[in-house]
Amino acid sequence: MGSRDFSHRLSDAHGSLRKPVSLARRLHIDVPLLVLLLVLASVGLGVLFSASGGDMNYVRRQSIFMCLAFMGMFIVAQVPLDFFRRWSPWAYLGGCALLVGVLLFGTGAKGAQRWLEIAGFRFQPSEVMKLGVPMMVAAFLHQRAQPPSLMTVLGALAIVAIPAALIVRQPDLGTSILIAASGLFALYLAGLSWKMIGAAGLGALVSAWPIWQWGLRDYQRQRILTLLNPHDDRLGAGWNIFNSKAAIGSGGVYGKGYLQGTQSQLDFLPESHTDFIIAVLAEEWGMRGVLLLLLLYILVIARGIYISFMAQHLFGRLLAGSITLTFFVYVFVNIGMVTGLLPVVGVPLPIISYGGTSLITLMAGFGILMAVGTERRRVHF
Amino acid sequence: MPHDHHLKDPHTEQRLFRNRMLVAIVGVIVLLGVLVARFYNLQVVNYDDYRTQSDENRIQVRSVAPTRGLVYDRNGLLLADNRASYNLSIVRERVRDLDATLELIGHLIRLDDSDVAKFRKRMKRPRPFEPVPLRFRLSEEEIARISVNQFRMPGVSVQAELVRHYALGDLFAHSVGYVGRISDRDLSNFTQEDVRLYRGTNSIGKVGLERSYEKTLLGEVGYENVEINARGRVLRVLERQDPKPGAALTLHLDARLQQVASDALGDRRGAVVAIDVNTGGVLAFVSKPSFDPNLFVTGISFADYRALSDSLDVPLFNRAVQGQYPPGSTLKPLMSLGGLEAGLITRETKIKDPGFYKLPNDPRIYRDHIRWGHGEKVDLIHAMAQSCDVYFWDMAHRWDIDGMHDMAAHFGLGSKTGIDLPMERSGLFPSRDWKRGARGMPWFPGDSLNTVLGQGFVLATPLQLAVMTATIANRGTHYRPQMVKTINGVEQPAEILHNLEAHPGNWDLVFEGMEAVVNRSFGTGKRAGKDLDFRVAGKSGTAQVVGIAQGARYDSEALQERHRDHALFVAFAPVDKPSIAVAVLVENGEAGGAVAAPVARELFAEWVPRTETQVKTARDVSFTEGAGNG
Repeated sequence: MGSRDFSHRLSDAHGSLRKPVSLARRLHIDVPLLVLLLVLASVGLGVLFSASGGDMNYVRRQSIFMCLAFMGMFIVAQVPLDFFRRWSPWAYLGGCALLVGVLLFGTGAKGAQRWLEIAGFRFQPSEVMKLGVPMMVAAFLHQRAQPPSLMTVLGALAIVAIPAALIVRQPDLGTSILIAASGLFALYLAGLSWKMIGAAGLGALVSAWPIWQWGLRDYQRQRILTLLNPHDDRLGAGWNIFNSKAAIGSGGVYGKGYLQGTQSQLDFLPESHTDFIIAVLAEEWGMRGVLLLLLLYILVIARGIYISFMAQHLFGRLLAGSITLTFFVYVFVNIGMVTGLLPVVGVPLPIISYGGTSLITLMAGFGILMAVGTERRRVHF
Repeated sequence: MPHDHHLKDPHTEQRLFRNRMLVAIVGVIVLLGVLVARFYNLQVVNYDDYRTQSDENRIQVRSVAPTRGLVYDRNGLLLADNRASYNLSIVRERVRDLDATLELIGHLIRLDDSDVAKFRKRMKRPRPFEPVPLRFRLSEEEIARISVNQFRMPGVSVQAELVRHYALGDLFAHSVGYVGRISDRDLSNFTQEDVRLYRGTNSIGKVGLERSYEKTLLGEVGYENVEINARGRVLRVLERQDPKPGAALTLHLDARLQQVASDALGDRRGAVVAIDVNTGGVLAFVSKPSFDPNLFVTGISFADYRALSDSLDVPLFNRAVQGQYPPGSTLKPLMSLGGLEAGLITRETKIKDPGFYKLPNDPRIYRDHIRWGHGEKVDLIHAMAQSCDVYFWDMAHRWDIDGMHDMAAHFGLGSKTGIDLPMERSGLFPSRDWKRGARGMPWFPGDSLNTVLGQGFVLATPLQLAVMTATIANRGTHYRPQMVKTINGVEQPAEILHNLEAHPGNWDLVFEGMEAVVNRSFGTGKRAGKDLDFRVAGKSGTAQVVGIAQGARYDSEALQERHRDHALFVAFAPVDKPSIAVAVLVENGEAGGAVAAPVARELFAEWVPRTETQVKTARDVSFTEGAGNG
């Protein structure tokens, strides 16, 4: 798997000064990645049309989100990496301030505060941190000798812990874990010693009990218990899992056909157009459809890994690697959740699930990947 | 950012990174394998099971609502229970043409526009395949009509539901309260956990104990797994987890005493609160006029609600905990104790009462309510019995307001009593700080004169006055007032908020003064003890009416009546071993002694003989058992 170059039109790091520079390169676009994302976006709209019961409104709105998100990606791709590196502390601190703001004056539904309303515009500061945290960790590590010393590691952990703790309080456990993971990936890729990783693993095992007792809200505990014993809440989370499994399983290898999914179409499946959308795909397209989607995801990840291998400097390398691995975690957590392997934490399926906010963040992340991949080789500092 | 001068070796860095990434790639592949295996397991291995499940016959999980806990009075009389009622419900997913179906139903049974509008709102609840109620309380005839035409209307069904019923109607409307349909506003306050708890439940406590004990009464939702065919018919129940019914509440309230209090008030507006001196349990809790709580249970009609909310007499207003009135002279026993404790007066202190009072260096004249005064030598007992204002003014002038405020706070004035009912108001007892904060003014000597008579800034709810009186009867033991006696048979402990230490002789004097109010020939509250064979102690009061309720209709006679003072009376009995303390408020009743005292008397006549026989029987029992602790 992995690091095969998909396009020879793109010059690699060694040839960039001799060959004429291609248009794509000048526009900072990574063509293979762009093609993959466009294919995924089309698949997403197709599945969404079915999942929303043939409701064009959803599709129309999602198309607009997609256009905005792709535009955002192009804009982000134009930014020189050094700019990101220099500004990451400010973005990070600003993000933390916004998170505190959410806790103080946030709005939300069902006992959770996740949004800030500024001039009638609602947005989730935790989305900003999905990119802010890995960026900050990468910039921080970039400054220091590699592999990271103990002090450096502790510094990086603090950078990760503050926003994670703030987001847990919203409470949004799923997002908090994913953001923490993105920062930890950067640290791991920088060469955090295996000893420390082992020690941390042990520490996590030891601290699991107190966190369970005092760190979690009732409903979060409920969700984990539901996973372990879906019979506990057959009407809530358990109901969703029960039905999503029935939808997926009844799809078989070949599926029931587009728009023919009885579970999906008969409203048995709540959230079928958001978090549980893969159940619709699995029911209507069967295992074939699922494997195809997984293949698309793998190609995106492979391209991301390739970009990180080719990056010139540590900052870009860590950032690209972390974004790519976090993307995979999103995919894994969402599918694991829908198929009943993981607790229901409310993570959307990247690019496929309906929703604007997460999509825009995601594409901005790919914009950063493109910025890393098309970075000119500058004189080494 | 300045660049630091760590030795950086790009090659080592890159190698390190690549090694790490390779390990990560292995991890990704393994996890992908897990996902693929999972899909294989679901879609290939167990394909047949899931296929059957989703084909013609589908498994459905349905919530089973718990029955709401019952509410009893202290003697086990049912105040709130659940009765079967039949609703017409629609499962949206099974109706082909909703508008046509609604029209057809409209031909068969009575269907208002408001029913349809409410139904469309309810449909937004996010539970698929859940029957959404359209009309409640169908008559026998309507049920028959629907049944006959059922085949023409797929997705429409008649469903039995347990509906809250208040057997004694308006008698307990302000204490037990009522439930109503879960509204959008309730829903927006729901947490995730609430959403789970209320699946299948349509009602939620809105007012009174139904609201404050909502979670206790609710119970725990159950569910059943049913197999349904494509037409929505239930084929069989596969498994069922029964709901846990809500806990039963037994109240301290006594239905008979409640009835006596309500009858004694008659058609007048007002409130009566009676408290068990030894526990703080609330024995009677009346606010009049009242209303029929059953109107609210399945959604009150617009016309009915207008009638209640536009009424000049504000029947929905819970006067006992929300009505804040100047307590007037009912504060005098408390003030006497404070003056005695502070050493400002003694039993022997006598003043001359010319019928008015003047502060030094202040031309203003404060007039007693008896123009010619109470005489040359007025002592404490006399001052209480005849409600002599000058005596108390003379004392207040020498007493620091903060001391007065602290004494009142001991008896629960100026803050919420902590009763287990919602929407309680705190009343007000002024202090120097309060006046500076709220009015931006210093404390004037004249303010003390108003405060000691329970006027000026002072406000109290009838409940607070009852708590104050019970605390006096207890000689300083201040209990938190409680409505609920037992939850599912488990006794709720009485809670002492604090004990006021005062000289026993001073308590005796206060008791003597309050007894004089009722028993001396010149006392203002003689009617409270009329023809009773035990001793009663009390204090009358009048509350000056400041604002008046603005009615929609201008009715000069009614408005004139609403300008009159409110009549107040607080009392406890029997004096030698107090068991019950009562506060009575009659709006615009003019004189406390004449109007409110007889109401208190009725409660004593009903309650005290019963407690005495209880004491007797208890003693008899202890003798027969040979415990012999007379």
